[in-house]
Amino acid sequence: MKYTYYPGCSAESTSRDQHTSSKAVAEALGIDFIELKGWSCCGSTPAHQTDRVLAASLSAANLQLAQKAGRDVVVNCASCYSRLKTANHEVSSNPGMRQKVGEAMGGEYDGSVNVRHFIEVLIHDLGLGALQEKLKYSLNGLKVAPYYGCLLVRPREIMGFDDPENPTSMDRLITAMGGESIDWPHKVECCGGGLALTRTDLVISLTDSILSMAEAAGAECIAVACPMCQVNLDMRQLDIERNRGKQYNLPILYITQLLALCLGASREKTGLNKLMVPPEKVTRAVISGVSAAT
Amino acid sequence: MTIRIKKGKKINGIISSVQEMSGVDLSVCFQCKKCTSGCPVSAHSESPPAEIIRRLQLGAGNEILDSDLIWTCASCETCFARCPMRIDTAAVMDALRALAMARGAKVPAGNAPLFNKAFLKTVEIFGRTYDLGMIAAYKIGTSTYLQDTDKFPAMLKKGKIALLPSWDADKKTVKRIFNKTVKTR
Repeated sequence: MKYTYYPGCSAESTSRDQHTSSKAVAEALGIDFIELKGWSCCGSTPAHQTDRVLAASLSAANLQLAQKAGRDVVVNCASCYSRLKTANHEVSSNPGMRQKVGEAMGGEYDGSVNVRHFIEVLIHDLGLGALQEKLKYSLNGLKVAPYYGCLLVRPREIMGFDDPENPTSMDRLITAMGGESIDWPHKVECCGGGLALTRTDLVISLTDSILSMAEAAGAECIAVACPMCQVNLDMRQLDIERNRGKQYNLPILYITQLLALCLGASREKTGLNKLMVPPEKVTRAVISGVSAAT
Repeated sequence: MTIRIKKGKKINGIISSVQEMSGVDLSVCFQCKKCTSGCPVSAHSESPPAEIIRRLQLGAGNEILDSDLIWTCASCETCFARCPMRIDTAAVMDALRALAMARGAKVPAGNAPLFNKAFLKTVEIFGRTYDLGMIAAYKIGTSTYLQDTDKFPAMLKKGKIALLPSWDADKKTVKRIFNKTVKTR
Protein backbone atom coordinates (compact mmCIF):
# COMPACT_ATOMS: atom_id res chain seq x y z
CA MET A 1 0.00 0.00 0.00
CA LYS A 2 1.71 3.13 -1.27
CA TYR A 3 0.44 6.68 -1.00
CA THR A 4 1.69 10.15 -1.78
CA TYR A 5 1.69 11.92 1.58
CA TYR A 6 0.79 15.61 1.83
CA PRO A 7 1.74 16.79 5.36
CA GLY A 8 0.38 20.36 5.23
CA CYS A 9 1.90 23.39 6.96
CA SER A 10 0.63 22.57 10.46
CA ALA A 11 2.70 19.38 10.34
CA GLU A 12 5.77 21.62 10.64
CA SER A 13 4.46 23.61 13.61
CA THR A 14 1.30 23.17 15.71
CA SER A 15 0.50 19.61 14.66
CA ARG A 16 3.94 18.06 14.47
CA ASP A 17 2.57 15.38 16.81
CA GLN A 18 -0.18 14.47 14.33
CA HIS A 19 2.46 14.23 11.60
CA THR A 20 4.92 12.02 13.51
CA SER A 21 2.22 9.80 15.02
CA SER A 22 0.58 9.25 11.61
CA LYS A 23 3.89 8.29 10.07
CA ALA A 24 4.52 5.89 12.97
CA VAL A 25 1.04 4.36 12.52
CA ALA A 26 1.57 3.96 8.78
CA GLU A 27 4.96 2.35 9.34
CA ALA A 28 3.63 -0.09 11.94
CA LEU A 29 0.82 -1.10 9.58
CA GLY A 30 3.01 -1.54 6.50
CA ILE A 31 1.57 1.50 4.72
CA ASP A 32 4.09 3.45 2.63
CA PHE A 33 3.89 7.24 2.91
CA ILE A 34 5.95 8.92 0.18
CA GLU A 35 6.08 12.63 0.99
CA LEU A 36 5.16 14.91 -1.92
CA LYS A 37 8.36 16.71 -2.89
CA GLY A 38 8.04 20.48 -3.05
CA TRP A 39 4.54 20.56 -1.53
CA SER A 40 3.18 24.00 -0.73
CA CYS A 41 0.35 25.47 1.35
CA CYS A 42 -3.21 24.52 0.34
CA GLY A 43 -4.28 28.11 1.07
CA SER A 44 -6.52 27.09 3.97
CA THR A 45 -9.27 29.45 5.15
CA PRO A 46 -7.51 32.77 4.36
CA ALA A 47 -7.21 31.88 0.65
CA HIS A 48 -10.84 30.93 0.07
CA GLN A 49 -11.95 33.94 2.10
CA THR A 50 -9.87 36.15 -0.20
CA ASP A 51 -10.17 34.82 -3.75
CA ARG A 52 -11.73 31.72 -5.25
CA VAL A 53 -9.17 31.25 -8.03
CA LEU A 54 -6.26 31.78 -5.63
CA ALA A 55 -7.70 29.12 -3.30
CA ALA A 56 -8.33 26.56 -6.04
CA SER A 57 -4.91 27.19 -7.64
CA LEU A 58 -2.85 26.87 -4.45
CA SER A 59 -4.45 23.47 -3.78
CA ALA A 60 -4.47 22.33 -7.40
CA ALA A 61 -0.73 23.06 -7.75
CA ASN A 62 -0.06 20.31 -5.18
CA LEU A 63 -2.37 17.85 -6.87
CA GLN A 64 -0.77 18.56 -10.23
CA LEU A 65 2.60 17.89 -8.62
CA ALA A 66 1.26 14.60 -7.21
CA GLN A 67 -0.30 13.49 -10.48
CA LYS A 68 2.95 12.22 -12.02
CA ALA A 69 3.40 9.61 -9.29
CA GLY A 70 -0.07 8.22 -10.01
CA ARG A 71 -0.83 7.36 -6.39
CA ASP A 72 -3.70 8.49 -4.17
CA VAL A 73 -2.81 11.49 -2.01
CA VAL A 74 -3.24 10.93 1.71
CA VAL A 75 -3.86 13.85 4.07
CA ASN A 76 -4.17 14.22 7.84
CA CYS A 77 -5.20 17.82 8.35
CA ALA A 78 -8.97 18.29 7.94
CA SER A 79 -8.47 21.75 6.48
CA CYS A 80 -5.97 20.59 3.81
CA TYR A 81 -8.25 17.65 3.06
CA SER A 82 -11.20 19.97 2.55
CA ARG A 83 -9.26 22.46 0.40
CA LEU A 84 -7.66 19.81 -1.85
CA LYS A 85 -10.99 18.08 -2.39
CA THR A 86 -12.73 21.38 -3.06
CA ALA A 87 -10.07 22.24 -5.67
CA ASN A 88 -10.73 18.89 -7.38
CA HIS A 89 -14.44 19.65 -7.37
CA GLU A 90 -14.00 23.20 -8.70
CA VAL A 91 -11.64 22.16 -11.48
CA SER A 92 -13.61 19.11 -12.62
CA SER A 93 -17.09 20.67 -12.47
CA ASN A 94 -16.34 24.13 -13.85
CA PRO A 95 -14.44 24.45 -17.17
CA GLY A 96 -13.98 28.20 -16.66
CA MET A 97 -12.36 27.62 -13.27
CA ARG A 98 -10.17 24.87 -14.71
CA GLN A 99 -8.86 27.27 -17.31
CA LYS A 100 -8.21 30.05 -14.78
CA VAL A 101 -6.44 27.63 -12.41
CA GLY A 102 -4.32 26.33 -15.29
CA GLU A 103 -3.30 29.86 -16.22
CA ALA A 104 -2.52 30.81 -12.63
CA MET A 105 -0.26 27.86 -11.89
CA GLY A 106 1.14 27.47 -15.38
CA GLY A 107 0.01 23.96 -16.22
CA GLU A 108 -2.96 21.69 -16.77
CA TYR A 109 -4.86 19.94 -14.04
CA ASP A 110 -8.14 18.06 -14.54
CA GLY A 111 -9.10 17.32 -10.93
CA SER A 112 -8.56 13.58 -11.16
CA VAL A 113 -6.06 12.86 -8.37
CA ASN A 114 -7.77 10.97 -5.54
CA VAL A 115 -7.51 12.76 -2.19
CA ARG A 116 -7.99 10.53 0.85
CA HIS A 117 -8.00 11.17 4.57
CA PHE A 118 -5.78 8.82 6.57
CA ILE A 119 -8.86 7.61 8.51
CA GLU A 120 -10.45 6.52 5.21
CA VAL A 121 -7.28 4.65 4.27
CA LEU A 122 -7.26 2.84 7.61
CA ILE A 123 -10.91 1.83 7.47
CA HIS A 124 -11.46 1.19 3.76
CA ASP A 125 -8.07 0.21 2.33
CA LEU A 126 -6.47 -1.55 5.27
CA GLY A 127 -9.58 -2.66 7.15
CA LEU A 128 -10.31 -2.78 10.87
CA GLY A 129 -9.50 -6.50 11.07
CA ALA A 130 -5.98 -6.02 9.71
CA LEU A 131 -5.52 -3.05 12.05
CA GLN A 132 -6.58 -5.04 15.09
CA GLU A 133 -4.13 -7.82 14.28
CA LYS A 134 -1.27 -5.35 14.63
CA LEU A 135 -2.40 -3.71 17.89
CA LYS A 136 -0.09 -4.37 20.83
CA TYR A 137 -2.06 -2.55 23.52
CA SER A 138 -5.69 -1.80 24.23
CA LEU A 139 -7.45 1.37 25.41
CA ASN A 140 -9.11 -0.87 28.04
CA GLY A 141 -12.52 0.72 27.97
CA LEU A 142 -11.23 4.30 28.03
CA LYS A 143 -14.16 6.62 27.32
CA VAL A 144 -13.27 8.62 24.22
CA ALA A 145 -15.46 11.31 22.65
CA PRO A 146 -14.88 11.26 18.87
CA TYR A 147 -14.87 14.85 17.62
CA TYR A 148 -15.02 15.35 13.85
CA GLY A 149 -15.58 19.10 13.65
CA CYS A 150 -16.52 20.69 10.34
CA LEU A 151 -14.18 20.18 7.47
CA LEU A 152 -13.86 16.40 7.42
CA VAL A 153 -17.56 15.92 6.85
CA ARG A 154 -18.97 19.09 5.25
CA PRO A 155 -20.17 19.63 2.62
CA ARG A 156 -21.18 16.03 1.95
CA GLU A 157 -21.27 16.52 -1.86
CA ILE A 158 -17.56 17.33 -1.92
CA MET A 159 -16.10 15.51 1.07
CA GLY A 160 -18.01 12.22 0.77
CA PHE A 161 -16.13 11.20 3.91
CA ASP A 162 -18.90 10.03 6.18
CA ASP A 163 -22.38 11.05 7.34
CA PRO A 164 -22.26 14.85 7.80
CA GLU A 165 -24.45 14.85 10.93
CA ASN A 166 -23.48 11.59 12.61
CA PRO A 167 -20.15 10.32 11.30
CA THR A 168 -18.86 7.06 12.79
CA SER A 169 -15.40 6.45 11.25
CA MET A 170 -13.47 7.54 14.33
CA ASP A 171 -15.97 5.76 16.57
CA ARG A 172 -15.10 2.53 14.77
CA LEU A 173 -11.37 3.09 15.20
CA ILE A 174 -11.82 3.79 18.92
CA THR A 175 -13.89 0.64 19.38
CA ALA A 176 -11.31 -1.37 17.42
CA MET A 177 -8.65 -0.16 19.88
CA GLY A 178 -10.72 -1.41 22.82
CA GLY A 179 -11.95 2.02 23.83
CA GLU A 180 -15.52 3.05 24.53
CA SER A 181 -16.67 5.51 21.91
CA ILE A 182 -18.97 8.02 23.57
CA ASP A 183 -22.27 8.82 21.86
CA TRP A 184 -22.62 12.57 22.16
CA PRO A 185 -24.35 15.40 20.26
CA HIS A 186 -21.37 17.67 19.54
CA LYS A 187 -19.47 15.44 17.11
CA VAL A 188 -19.75 17.91 14.23
CA GLU A 189 -20.14 21.23 16.06
CA CYS A 190 -17.67 23.96 15.10
CA CYS A 191 -14.81 24.91 17.47
CA GLY A 192 -14.33 28.28 15.78
CA GLY A 193 -11.41 27.02 13.69
CA GLY A 194 -9.58 29.86 12.02
CA LEU A 195 -11.04 32.48 14.38
CA ALA A 196 -8.47 31.37 16.99
CA LEU A 197 -6.49 34.60 16.86
CA THR A 198 -9.00 37.09 15.47
CA ARG A 199 -12.02 36.25 17.63
CA THR A 200 -10.59 34.37 20.58
CA ASP A 201 -13.72 35.32 22.56
CA LEU A 202 -15.90 33.30 20.17
CA VAL A 203 -13.50 30.36 20.17
CA ILE A 204 -13.53 30.27 23.98
CA SER A 205 -17.31 30.25 23.98
CA LEU A 206 -17.60 27.53 21.31
CA THR A 207 -14.90 25.27 22.79
CA ASP A 208 -16.41 25.69 26.26
CA SER A 209 -19.72 24.32 25.00
CA ILE A 210 -18.04 21.38 23.24
CA LEU A 211 -15.91 20.52 26.28
CA SER A 212 -18.85 20.78 28.65
CA MET A 213 -20.91 18.43 26.47
CA ALA A 214 -18.03 15.92 26.30
CA GLU A 215 -17.68 16.06 30.07
CA ALA A 216 -21.43 15.62 30.58
CA ALA A 217 -21.37 12.58 28.28
CA GLY A 218 -18.70 11.03 30.52
CA ALA A 219 -15.71 11.37 28.18
CA GLU A 220 -12.23 10.89 29.65
CA CYS A 221 -10.60 12.40 26.59
CA ILE A 222 -11.49 13.70 23.12
CA ALA A 223 -10.12 12.31 19.84
CA VAL A 224 -9.67 14.76 16.95
CA ALA A 225 -8.40 14.71 13.36
CA CYS A 226 -7.91 18.42 12.71
CA PRO A 227 -4.98 20.61 13.86
CA MET A 228 -7.23 23.62 14.42
CA CYS A 229 -9.68 21.60 16.54
CA GLN A 230 -6.79 20.18 18.55
CA VAL A 231 -5.19 23.54 19.31
CA ASN A 232 -8.49 25.23 20.10
CA LEU A 233 -9.86 22.50 22.38
CA ASP A 234 -6.52 21.83 24.09
CA MET A 235 -5.05 25.31 24.52
CA ARG A 236 -8.26 27.20 25.27
CA GLN A 237 -8.91 25.08 28.37
CA LEU A 238 -6.40 27.38 30.02
CA ASP A 239 -8.42 30.48 29.08
CA ILE A 240 -11.73 28.87 30.04
CA GLU A 241 -10.30 28.09 33.46
CA ARG A 242 -9.02 31.62 33.88
CA ASN A 243 -11.96 33.55 32.41
CA ARG A 244 -14.85 31.31 33.29
CA GLY A 245 -13.58 29.40 36.32
CA LYS A 246 -14.26 25.99 34.79
CA GLN A 247 -11.68 23.23 34.82
CA TYR A 248 -12.18 20.38 32.38
CA ASN A 249 -8.79 18.71 32.37
CA LEU A 250 -9.82 16.82 29.23
CA PRO A 251 -6.86 15.62 27.12
CA ILE A 252 -7.31 16.30 23.39
CA LEU A 253 -5.50 13.68 21.32
CA TYR A 254 -5.21 13.13 17.61
CA ILE A 255 -6.81 9.81 16.68
CA THR A 256 -3.39 8.91 15.24
CA GLN A 257 -1.80 9.44 18.68
CA LEU A 258 -4.23 6.93 20.20
CA LEU A 259 -3.40 4.51 17.38
CA ALA A 260 0.35 5.05 17.75
CA LEU A 261 0.03 4.37 21.47
CA CYS A 262 -1.84 1.11 20.87
CA LEU A 263 0.59 0.07 18.14
CA GLY A 264 3.50 0.52 20.53
CA ALA A 265 5.18 3.42 18.68
CA SER A 266 8.02 5.26 20.40
CA ARG A 267 7.23 8.07 22.85
CA GLU A 268 8.88 10.57 20.59
CA LYS A 269 6.77 9.68 17.57
CA THR A 270 3.54 9.40 19.57
CA GLY A 271 4.19 12.94 20.75
CA LEU A 272 2.01 12.93 23.87
CA ASN A 273 4.41 15.42 25.47
CA LYS A 274 3.23 18.02 22.93
CA LEU A 275 -0.24 18.21 24.48
CA MET A 276 -1.07 21.13 26.77
CA VAL A 277 -3.50 19.12 28.93
CA PRO A 278 -1.44 16.13 30.13
CA PRO A 279 -2.92 12.82 28.88
CA GLU A 280 -2.27 10.77 32.02
CA LYS A 281 -5.79 9.33 32.04
CA VAL A 282 -5.07 7.85 28.63
CA THR A 283 -1.66 6.38 29.38
CA ARG A 284 -2.95 5.03 32.70
CA ALA A 285 -5.77 3.18 30.89
CA VAL A 286 -3.30 1.58 28.48
CA ILE A 287 -0.85 0.66 31.25
CA SER A 288 -3.63 -0.80 33.44
CA GLY A 289 -4.27 -3.40 30.71
CA VAL A 290 -0.58 -4.29 30.52
CA SER A 291 -0.23 -4.82 34.27
CA ALA A 292 -3.50 -6.79 34.38
CA ALA A 293 -2.18 -9.13 31.70
CA THR A 294 1.10 -9.86 33.45
CA MET B 1 -32.33 44.93 12.55
CA THR B 2 -35.02 46.83 10.64
CA ILE B 3 -35.33 46.13 6.95
CA ARG B 4 -36.65 49.08 4.96
CA ILE B 5 -38.25 48.43 1.59
CA LYS B 6 -39.04 51.29 -0.74
CA LYS B 7 -42.28 50.84 -2.64
CA GLY B 8 -41.84 50.47 -6.37
CA LYS B 9 -38.06 50.41 -6.11
CA LYS B 10 -36.37 48.16 -8.66
CA ILE B 11 -34.36 45.47 -6.91
CA ASN B 12 -30.74 45.61 -7.92
CA GLY B 13 -28.22 46.03 -5.12
CA ILE B 14 -25.22 43.73 -4.90
CA ILE B 15 -27.07 40.41 -5.20
CA SER B 16 -26.00 39.91 -8.82
CA SER B 17 -22.31 40.30 -7.95
CA VAL B 18 -22.71 37.91 -5.02
CA GLN B 19 -24.48 35.31 -7.17
CA GLU B 20 -21.93 35.59 -9.93
CA MET B 21 -18.95 35.27 -7.58
CA SER B 22 -20.38 32.40 -5.54
CA GLY B 23 -22.22 30.57 -8.30
CA VAL B 24 -25.23 30.39 -5.98
CA ASP B 25 -28.88 31.17 -6.89
CA LEU B 26 -30.27 33.07 -3.93
CA SER B 27 -33.80 33.37 -5.32
CA VAL B 28 -34.67 29.86 -4.08
CA CYS B 29 -34.27 30.74 -0.38
CA PHE B 30 -37.68 30.61 1.36
CA GLN B 31 -36.44 31.63 4.81
CA CYS B 32 -36.77 28.32 6.69
CA LYS B 33 -33.82 29.56 8.79
CA LYS B 34 -32.15 26.17 9.19
CA CYS B 35 -28.87 27.94 8.39
CA THR B 36 -29.40 30.37 11.25
CA SER B 37 -30.44 27.60 13.68
CA GLY B 38 -27.30 25.59 13.00
CA CYS B 39 -24.88 28.52 12.71
CA PRO B 40 -22.41 28.39 15.63
CA VAL B 41 -21.85 32.16 15.57
CA SER B 42 -25.32 33.53 14.75
CA ALA B 43 -26.05 34.02 18.45
CA HIS B 44 -22.91 36.16 18.63
CA SER B 45 -23.65 38.22 15.51
CA GLU B 46 -26.00 41.09 14.69
CA SER B 47 -27.31 39.62 11.44
CA PRO B 48 -27.79 35.84 11.18
CA PRO B 49 -27.25 34.13 7.80
CA ALA B 50 -30.94 33.85 6.80
CA GLU B 51 -31.32 37.60 7.33
CA ILE B 52 -28.28 38.35 5.17
CA ILE B 53 -29.83 36.33 2.34
CA ARG B 54 -33.20 38.05 2.76
CA ARG B 55 -31.60 41.46 2.70
CA LEU B 56 -29.71 40.54 -0.46
CA GLN B 57 -32.99 39.39 -2.05
CA LEU B 58 -34.55 42.72 -1.10
CA GLY B 59 -31.85 44.68 -2.88
CA ALA B 60 -29.27 45.46 -0.20
CA GLY B 61 -26.32 47.54 -1.39
CA ASN B 62 -22.79 48.02 -0.09
CA GLU B 63 -24.07 48.73 3.45
CA ILE B 64 -24.55 44.96 3.94
CA LEU B 65 -20.76 44.55 3.63
CA ASP B 66 -20.43 46.05 7.12
CA SER B 67 -22.38 43.13 8.65
CA ASP B 68 -20.38 41.46 11.39
CA LEU B 69 -21.39 37.94 10.31
CA ILE B 70 -19.19 38.25 7.23
CA TRP B 71 -16.17 37.99 9.53
CA THR B 72 -17.54 36.06 12.51
CA CYS B 73 -18.48 33.27 10.08
CA ALA B 74 -16.03 30.42 10.73
CA SER B 75 -16.65 28.79 7.30
CA CYS B 76 -17.90 25.66 9.11
CA GLU B 77 -20.37 24.89 6.28
CA THR B 78 -23.20 23.84 8.64
CA CYS B 79 -25.53 26.23 6.78
CA PHE B 80 -24.82 24.56 3.43
CA ALA B 81 -25.04 21.05 4.90
CA ARG B 82 -28.54 21.72 6.29
CA CYS B 83 -30.08 23.93 3.59
CA PRO B 84 -33.07 22.15 2.02
CA MET B 85 -32.57 24.23 -1.15
CA ARG B 86 -28.83 23.41 -1.32
CA ILE B 87 -27.76 27.04 -1.08
CA ASP B 88 -24.03 27.24 -0.37
CA THR B 89 -24.25 30.06 2.16
CA ALA B 90 -20.58 29.60 3.06
CA ALA B 91 -19.70 30.45 -0.56
CA VAL B 92 -22.00 33.48 -0.31
CA MET B 93 -19.98 34.59 2.74
CA ASP B 94 -16.73 34.21 0.77
CA ALA B 95 -18.17 36.42 -1.98
CA LEU B 96 -19.30 39.01 0.59
CA ARG B 97 -15.81 39.02 2.14
CA ALA B 98 -14.17 39.59 -1.23
CA LEU B 99 -16.61 42.43 -1.95
CA ALA B 100 -16.08 43.89 1.54
CA MET B 101 -12.32 43.96 0.89
CA ALA B 102 -12.65 45.40 -2.62
CA ARG B 103 -15.15 48.09 -1.64
CA GLY B 104 -13.51 49.22 1.59
CA ALA B 105 -16.08 48.07 4.15
CA LYS B 106 -15.39 48.91 7.78
CA VAL B 107 -12.72 46.93 9.63
CA PRO B 108 -14.42 44.18 11.67
CA ALA B 109 -13.72 43.36 15.33
CA GLY B 110 -10.57 41.21 15.45
CA ASN B 111 -9.53 42.44 11.98
CA ALA B 112 -9.74 39.09 10.20
CA PRO B 113 -8.80 40.71 6.86
CA LEU B 114 -5.42 41.64 8.34
CA PHE B 115 -4.99 38.10 9.67
CA ASN B 116 -5.76 36.68 6.22
CA LYS B 117 -3.28 39.07 4.61
CA ALA B 118 -0.54 38.18 7.10
CA PHE B 119 -1.20 34.48 6.60
CA LEU B 120 -1.15 34.71 2.80
CA LYS B 121 1.94 36.91 2.81
CA THR B 122 3.97 34.17 4.48
CA VAL B 123 2.61 31.66 1.95
CA GLU B 124 3.56 33.99 -0.90
CA ILE B 125 7.11 34.35 0.43
CA PHE B 126 7.88 30.85 1.68
CA GLY B 127 5.36 28.73 -0.21
CA ARG B 128 4.13 27.49 3.16
CA THR B 129 2.75 29.24 6.21
CA TYR B 130 5.21 30.59 8.74
CA ASP B 131 3.26 30.91 11.98
CA LEU B 132 5.73 33.07 13.85
CA GLY B 133 5.94 35.65 11.05
CA MET B 134 2.19 35.63 10.54
CA ILE B 135 1.41 36.06 14.25
CA ALA B 136 3.97 38.87 14.59
CA ALA B 137 2.55 40.76 11.58
CA TYR B 138 -1.00 40.35 12.87
CA LYS B 139 -0.14 41.39 16.42
CA ILE B 140 1.78 44.46 15.29
CA GLY B 141 -1.12 45.43 13.03
CA THR B 142 -3.75 45.05 15.73
CA SER B 143 -1.63 46.08 18.76
CA THR B 144 -2.62 42.90 20.61
CA TYR B 145 0.89 42.08 21.78
CA LEU B 146 -0.08 40.57 25.10
CA GLN B 147 -2.90 38.29 24.06
CA ASP B 148 -1.88 34.60 24.36
CA THR B 149 1.72 35.47 25.30
CA ASP B 150 1.21 33.31 28.40
CA LYS B 151 1.00 30.21 26.20
CA PHE B 152 3.93 31.12 24.01
CA PRO B 153 6.79 29.72 26.14
CA ALA B 154 5.02 26.35 26.50
CA MET B 155 4.28 26.24 22.78
CA LEU B 156 7.89 26.96 21.90
CA LYS B 157 9.16 24.43 24.42
CA LYS B 158 6.81 21.76 23.12
CA GLY B 159 7.85 22.53 19.55
CA LYS B 160 4.26 23.45 18.73
CA ILE B 161 5.44 26.50 16.90
CA ALA B 162 8.36 26.48 14.48
CA LEU B 163 11.10 29.08 14.96
CA LEU B 164 12.22 29.06 11.35
CA PRO B 165 10.23 28.98 8.12
CA SER B 166 10.31 25.98 5.83
CA TRP B 167 12.39 26.15 2.64
CA ASP B 168 11.29 23.05 0.74
CA ALA B 169 8.18 24.29 -1.06
CA ASP B 170 7.89 24.89 -4.79
CA LYS B 171 8.07 28.66 -4.20
CA LYS B 172 8.16 29.51 -7.90
CA THR B 173 4.71 28.11 -8.65
CA VAL B 174 3.20 29.66 -5.51
CA LYS B 175 4.61 33.07 -6.41
CA ARG B 176 3.25 32.72 -9.93
CA ILE B 177 -0.23 31.90 -8.57
CA PHE B 178 -0.21 35.05 -6.41
CA ASN B 179 1.01 37.17 -9.31
CA LYS B 180 -1.63 35.82 -11.68
CA THR B 181 -4.53 36.13 -9.23
CA VAL B 182 -4.77 38.58 -6.32
CA LYS B 183 -1.81 40.73 -7.39
CA THR B 184 -3.18 41.60 -10.82
CA ARG B 185 -6.69 42.53 -9.69
